[in-house]
Amino acid sequence: MKYLQGKFPILKKQALAKEVYSFWISCPEIAKIAQPGQFVHILPPGLGLRRPISIAGIDPENGILRIVFVIKHEGTRKLAELRQGDYLDMIAPLGHGFTLLPEASHVVLVGGGIGVPPMLPLAAYYGERATAVSGFRSFQQVILQEDLEKSGASTICCTEDGSAGAIQGFVTTPLEQLLTEGVDAVFACGSQPMLKAVADLCIKNHTYCEISMEERMACGIGACLGCACKTKNPDTEEIQFLHVCKNGPVFKAEEVIW
Amino acid sequence: MADLSVNLCGIDFKNPIIPASGVFGYGREYEEFYDLSELGGIATKGTTAQKRTGNLSPRIAETPSGMLNSVGLQNPGIDHFIAQELPYLLTKDTVILANIAGSTPEECAEVAEKLDSTQVHMIELNISCPNVKQGGAAFGTSCAMAEQVVSAVRKATSKPLVVKLSPNVTSITEIAKAVESAGADAVSLINTLLGMRIDIHSRRPVLRNNVGGLSGAAIFPVAVRMVWQTANAVKIPVIGMGGVNSGEDAIELMMAGASAVQVGMAVFTDPYAPVRIVREINDFLDEKQIPAVRDIIGTVQPW
Ligand SMILES: Cc1cc2nc3c(=O)[nH]c(=O)nc-3n(C[C@H](O)[C@H](O)[C@H](O)COP(=O)(O)OP(=O)(O)OC[C@H]3O[C@@H](n4cnc5c(N)ncnc54)[C@H](O)[C@@H]3O)c2cc1C
Ligand SMILES: Cc1cc2nc3c(=O)[nH]c(=O)nc-3n(C[C@H](O)[C@H](O)[C@H](O)COP(=O)(O)O)c2cc1C
Ligand code: FES
Repeated sequence: MKYLQGKFPILKKQALAKEVYSFWISCPEIAKIAQPGQFVHILPPGLGLRRPISIAGIDPENGILRIVFVIKHEGTRKLAELRQGDYLDMIAPLGHGFTLLPEASHVVLVGGGIGVPPMLPLAAYYGERATAVSGFRSFQQVILQEDLEKSGASTICCTEDGSAGAIQGFVTTPLEQLLTEGVDAVFACGSQPMLKAVADLCIKNHTYCEISMEERMACGIGACLGCACKTKNPDTEEIQFLHVCKNGPVFKAEEVIW
Repeated sequence: MADLSVNLCGIDFKNPIIPASGVFGYGREYEEFYDLSELGGIATKGTTAQKRTGNLSPRIAETPSGMLNSVGLQNPGIDHFIAQELPYLLTKDTVILANIAGSTPEECAEVAEKLDSTQVHMIELNISCPNVKQGGAAFGTSCAMAEQVVSAVRKATSKPLVVKLSPNVTSITEIAKAVESAGADAVSLINTLLGMRIDIHSRRPVLRNNVGGLSGAAIFPVAVRMVWQTANAVKIPVIGMGGVNSGEDAIELMMAGASAVQVGMAVFTDPYAPVRIVREINDFLDEKQIPAVRDIIGTVQPW
């Protein structure tokens, strides 16, 4: 394990959709070691607890990390007030990320809403071997489809109301179809109901699946036991409370007890 | 450079700053940031006789200038602590306070007895836990229950025994006197204040456990008051904590009567908080030309 704390400058800020922002952050030591699925733990100015945000882009050559976040309440609102040139107080890179499978010939990246950003580093790794299925409520929330395409992934965009994308409905509709075509692995991030549906589908189809879980955090490094997630060891069936910040955020689908 | 050393119950601390129980695990995660030998001591996560899984999530909520937690006493049990964590911690050239808890006086005594034959420097007994034999009220909320559990632990160990007091009481001084007479070598305070938040959109408590412990800057004035009252009521040393974020906060608690200071929630905001606070204490003393931190303990001049 290796992480550090520091204040890092925001090189660029961009609004992607209503209340959704992207920062590009200069942090060479972190960008060098960050892995897809890991997160950064950011202190919003004036608050006491840090906010976990997934890494949405890793550029080790230029020493840049990208994040994408949506305004929920006070903490993310304070982050959104920061501007280019301001410094972000972060501990990073944290957590156990997605498994990279060099041999895989076809993987599916499933992102729901603000769960789409952590799919970008995976899309960069798998390129044309990836199909990125993204789900949003409506056209106003659609983000990052061009970024996914630029990495070589094919994209399937779904909206619940059919106002954008090829499919009206949930990500599970195209996923079910893709699973019948032979998929080596599925990687997913999004709301709990979406993750559960994806996990259930993959387990039923005997397809390897990893999901990124969320939990409220304090330390972010495995010391305070604040971010417990109920799991079972698939081999021994033993029930364990693992920690999303250290043992996760990425877990194997069959480990999680919903 | 001022003399930062303090001595409590015959144990030498190189400085008075100790990360509080529950925020620092067993120290390993913070070694990524600094050398643990820079700390006066480390209070380890509360350990019980058997492994415990703790409460369901969410266990954490931020509140104005503070936080609520309902981690519960998740821990791997005393045998694991003694076999896997303690030997490593004891190589770190800092004072180790093993924080312990239990649901009955017998369980607390059993844990203390196991630690008695180790090299651990001090035992910190958390009496804020529910006493299952007395309808679940915390040991630390009645003089009789507090005395009973402290006596049981006292008999089980000759290690310096620090009793960690709950602030959720009518009179902190009565409890402090009760644990002193039952054989405590020191008291530490304050543990968290019981609190609650509700999500008004879902009408659900934010914490899955409904209620949780409040810590952080929000409780600092309560900590100063209780440390001051307690230090005036007992002869044994007092370890102060509750909302300490800076060297100035630590000095304030020491002037109120604390011989050492623990740092809790502040390590979440700034993982370097304990070592930064040590530096800030030194800067304050140098600026005021006070030669030793011991010289400020209990020096508040009340009106
Ligand atoms: C591993 C991980 C990766 C994440 N990645 C992203 C991302 O890339 N983009 C993004 O927009 N959001 C992401 N989130 C969710 C994000 O952390 C929350 O939206 C944010 O903490 C909300 O803070 P707030 O102060 O605005 O909201 P509040 O609701 O006021 O927050 C109060 C407290 O609850 C915590 N909290 C609230 N919602 C969540 C949540 N869903 N997960 C964890 N803690 C929460 C906050 O950290 C804070 O401590 C991620 C969460 C986790 C655990
Ligand atoms: C996440 C968390 C876990 C805690 N766990 C314990 C514990 O196991 N045993 C204990 O005696 N106190 C525990 N505490 C209480 C702290 O040690 C301390 O008394 C309290 O937080 C007040 O200090 P602070 O305001 O500096 O955080 C815990 C506090 C927090 C925030
Ligand atoms: S947030 Fe502290 S253990 Fe995960």
